[in-house]
Amino acid sequence: MNWAEFFSMGGRGFYVWGSYGAFALVITLEIVLLRLRAKRAAALLNGVKS
Amino acid sequence: MNLYKYASPVTFYPLAGKMWPWFATLAGLLAVAGLYLGLFVAPVDFQQGEVYRILYIHVPASVVGMFVYLVMAFYGVLALTLNTRLSAMMMEALAPTGALLTALALWTGSLWGRPTWGTYWVWDARITSTLLLLFLYVGYLALVHAIEDKRRADKAGALLVIVSSINVPIIYFSVKWWNTLHQGSSVSLAGNAIASPAMRWGLLLMTLACWMYAIAMTLVRVRAIIREREGDAAWMADAAGSKA
Repeated sequence: MNWAEFFSMGGRGFYVWGSYGAFALVITLEIVLLRLRAKRAAALLNGVKS
Repeated sequence: MNLYKYASPVTFYPLAGKMWPWFATLAGLLAVAGLYLGLFVAPVDFQQGEVYRILYIHVPASVVGMFVYLVMAFYGVLALTLNTRLSAMMMEALAPTGALLTALALWTGSLWGRPTWGTYWVWDARITSTLLLLFLYVGYLALVHAIEDKRRADKAGALLVIVSSINVPIIYFSVKWWNTLHQGSSVSLAGNAIASPAMRWGLLLMTLACWMYAIAMTLVRVRAIIREREGDAAWMADAAGSKA
């Protein structure tokens, strides 16, 4: 299998990669936002401790 | 073993901290194996061609998006009957991931619908009830954050989720009860809609990966929620001291 063929997905690349791309984007965004929230929550705690 | 012990945020906080990396690692490994099978090994669908490969993310997102709501309803019952604080926190931790997966189920379904049905959107029973599920997730989060008094917010949220969880079996059975454009269950034990073992395994691994991802996200989020809500409790300082 060659890569051009793989990415074209039989001419339906837009739909297939539009789906996979959105999926990757959304979970990446969730992970980033959750890390920020966890850091903020940790800072909150350190504020209480000091 | 005393199960009540784990219903307390004090004991659950460090436990969740130890568990989430395992679930996250499993999610990653399962996704790599599942994507490999789904995108490279599994044969092309004889009717739809390559575009059917959306299946490997559409079905996991839909299944886990629906089931997370049932898990929330289960915690809702615990929150109302046993009055455990952690149950309500778990509900709040589960909701954002459930909402995102449901949104992805709709998005990927829409992109799959266009080349196969000729339309991005159709108001059929399954798609409409899935859209309702997304609104319920958003509605729950809005409700819980709108009420100042946390105890009242938790109770109202639990009640909303328990009552509206009836929507989940409606989504599941919608393809049988109504004449929908959406196809029936792809993975039925009786049928053989998915014939190739690579297809079946790819789908199974991707669904498990999605599950492990949802669990990891929930565990990390519930820790943040515990800190946000109970950060001033003395035990938190100890928990933070031993492992941040």
